[in-house]
Amino acid sequence: MTPTAVRTLVVGCPDWPLVALGVVPDEPVLVLGAGRVVAATGPARAVGVARGQRRREAQFLCPEVQVLARDEGREARGFEAVVSALGTVTPWVEARRPGRCSFGVRGPVRLFGGESALVRHTAEVVDAAVARVGAGVSAGTAAGPGCRIGVADGAFAAGLAARSGGAAPEHSVIVPRGGSPAFLVPLPVEVLLPGGSTGGSTGLVDLLVRLGLTTLGAFAALPVADVLARFGTDGLDAHRLASGIDDRPVGHRPAPPDLAVSVAFDPPVDRIDRAAFAARSAAEALHERLSARGMACTRVVVEAETEHGQRVSRRWRDEGVLGPAAVADRVRWQLEGWLHGPPAVRPTSGITRLVLAPDEVVPASGRQLGFWGGVSAADERAGRACARVVGLMGPGSVRIPEWRGGRDPDDRVALVPFVEPLWEGGSGGSGGSGACPGRGGKPEVKPWPGALPGPSPAAVHFEPVAIDVVDAAGAPVGVDGRGGLSAPPDRLIVSRPPAGSRLAAAPGERVVAWAGPWPVDERWWDPLRRRRRVRLQVVTADGTALLVVLTDGRWTVAATYD
Amino acid sequence: MLRAVPSLAEAARRVRPTTLAVDRTLPVLEALDGLLPDGLRRGITVGVSGSGARSVALALMARATGTGSWVVVVGDGDLGLAAAAEVGVALERLVVVDAPDREQWAPVVATFVGAVDLVLVSPGHRPSMGDVRRLAARCRERGSVLVHLSPGSTGVGRLVDDWPGRLDLRFSVDGAVWDGLHGGQGRLRSRRVEVSVAGRGLPTEGRRDTLLLPGPSGVPAHP
Repeated sequence: MTPTAVRTLVVGCPDWPLVALGVVPDEPVLVLGAGRVVAATGPARAVGVARGQRRREAQFLCPEVQVLARDEGREARGFEAVVSALGTVTPWVEARRPGRCSFGVRGPVRLFGGESALVRHTAEVVDAAVARVGAGVSAGTAAGPGCRIGVADGAFAAGLAARSGGAAPEHSVIVPRGGSPAFLVPLPVEVLLPGGSTGGSTGLVDLLVRLGLTTLGAFAALPVADVLARFGTDGLDAHRLASGIDDRPVGHRPAPPDLAVSVAFDPPVDRIDRAAFAARSAAEALHERLSARGMACTRVVVEAETEHGQRVSRRWRDEGVLGPAAVADRVRWQLEGWLHGPPAVRPTSGITRLVLAPDEVVPASGRQLGFWGGVSAADERAGRACARVVGLMGPGSVRIPEWRGGRDPDDRVALVPFVEPLWEGGSGGSGGSGACPGRGGKPEVKPWPGALPGPSPAAVHFEPVAIDVVDAAGAPVGVDGRGGLSAPPDRLIVSRPPAGSRLAAAPGERVVAWAGPWPVDERWWDPLRRRRRVRLQVVTADGTALLVVLTDGRWTVAATYD
Repeated sequence: MLRAVPSLAEAARRVRPTTLAVDRTLPVLEALDGLLPDGLRRGITVGVSGSGARSVALALMARATGTGSWVVVVGDGDLGLAAAAEVGVALERLVVVDAPDREQWAPVVATFVGAVDLVLVSPGHRPSMGDVRRLAARCRERGSVLVHLSPGSTGVGRLVDDWPGRLDLRFSVDGAVWDGLHGGQGRLRSRRVEVSVAGRGLPTEGRRDTLLLPGPSGVPAHP
């Protein structure tokens, strides 16, 4: 007997980051989060700007685009107003993340008399709330793109229905009862991606595509036992989603009440950062308490109470398991909306109590870490440390090498800024999107005529040291138009000694062996980027090998064979 | 058939979780076998100094990055990344961090110690004794290796910045002879050097080995 899916209505506000920032939708604007495009307006999308692109790519496609930084606090504040407005439709609203929430339709459908009436009413409520948010942000902006509503058996199908439909209520998609499996059949498997707000992983989707299973229907047609044997529990969950049976992970049950974690604040907290800090450790405690019993939570109730007895309680869930970071995020979103909301809903005193109660738990299946490829625990740890140091030292201070290829050692590998990888999606750390996006570790094999032969120098000087190269008579060594040296080099003299260099003291390092000159003229067609130079390998009396370069009549030590 | 277990202590010994050698050491290149026959012990601090220091540092990290360990370089903007790739360092697990300010140096390095297996530092100033002691303790606890690079005396290098505490292993390089240049002809092919290592757990006179660093293909080799 297959479990029946809960008939669910999903409300999605497309491009919520834009709406929350009060952006005028007919200008090219994009919102950037963690170095990637998270939302873009219609005109920007029309020229190819898409979610997940880097800033550089997007600006290349659309140079006049206005770039805004993501403001998660504002998104949460705005959406809190929408969710509380939905409280007039049903008390059982489950928020997912700013811009997306859902509720079971069984109760409200009776109250409003039919699903289409319910959709119509919900759309009115949401659009009114969104308009208030927009008006609160900047007066006179045009109305947002309108919310999307989908109704189906199970929240996964309902979410896809909301996405596939147009503006509510006229173009909402209502999948008939029992029609979810048929509705899902033609959809591509990419909808299982974490960005598509489910617990499926990138690796699984990649694999499915490579196996030729490009639609959910093809995946759902596989026997359950074989899917479990081949893809493990992640695969099984994805298979259940694809089959439209039930979006709840297997074996969910209401949590026993003694698992709730409560934090008391004395003195009361009225600042969001302090509350969020406490929420983080409370979320960790909840996670530990659950995992000690072999459970993980899929839905959590966050309740906050003030000194004056006001309280706000919100139910949060997401497909898949909520990890400690995901729970902490949701607490922050909720409190952000409450503490910084409009004066009518804002509490009159500080928060004294915060309760995290798991509402629905599943047996924790754990997460199988990658064996070959994929993201290993070491990769995750390294990524987190890098992200922390970026926070400490500022963006661009942590960089990763990328193979570019070139004729000189300083060209071959470039350093590009580290961008925080998106390991922790909405589902609290399931799946991964690759160690560091955009990494190219593979050495280039294409020939570079005139490239300096290996081995490469172990020290490439970021600031080359200016020197004089002189011959036995003490005259400067030059290079003629045909690339020949005027005389064999005899000594290297540091003309502007850098602080602390040993060469500064010496009257000149004697050259005991040398080779070259190797001239190279790069990009002669481009006056701005043209680079013309002559390289020379030199070994000095103390056994140090240097790469000496002549550019525009000046010799420098570009690299040391350290 | 069940076999009798002699005693409870014996049974406990048999079922004790084993620590594999790979968990206690980081693998090193074959060329370094003569110097570090058991690989690089985790949790220690290592110093490499003098001319050739960067080549030794790259040789130390190469095998480890190939087997999934991450390496972070803090404060050495001059490290030759093309050379690193030739030695065998997996560039996709290498991170280069700008030199932090004096007061930020210890927190930044401490963040990486414990998060990655090998941290290469070149402070550019003399760290305080307390910082160094805390970092060494953190290394021991977390099993990371901290490599202090002082490339001071290379032709155009910086001041030798010394390390206040005691380092568990110290590498030094001398007697460098380059091969491949003949009076304006040829190119640099390989360098023959005497690498010596001394420190904890080694014979008092240390170990010495003659290596080609770099070898003709860039990878360190025995002559």
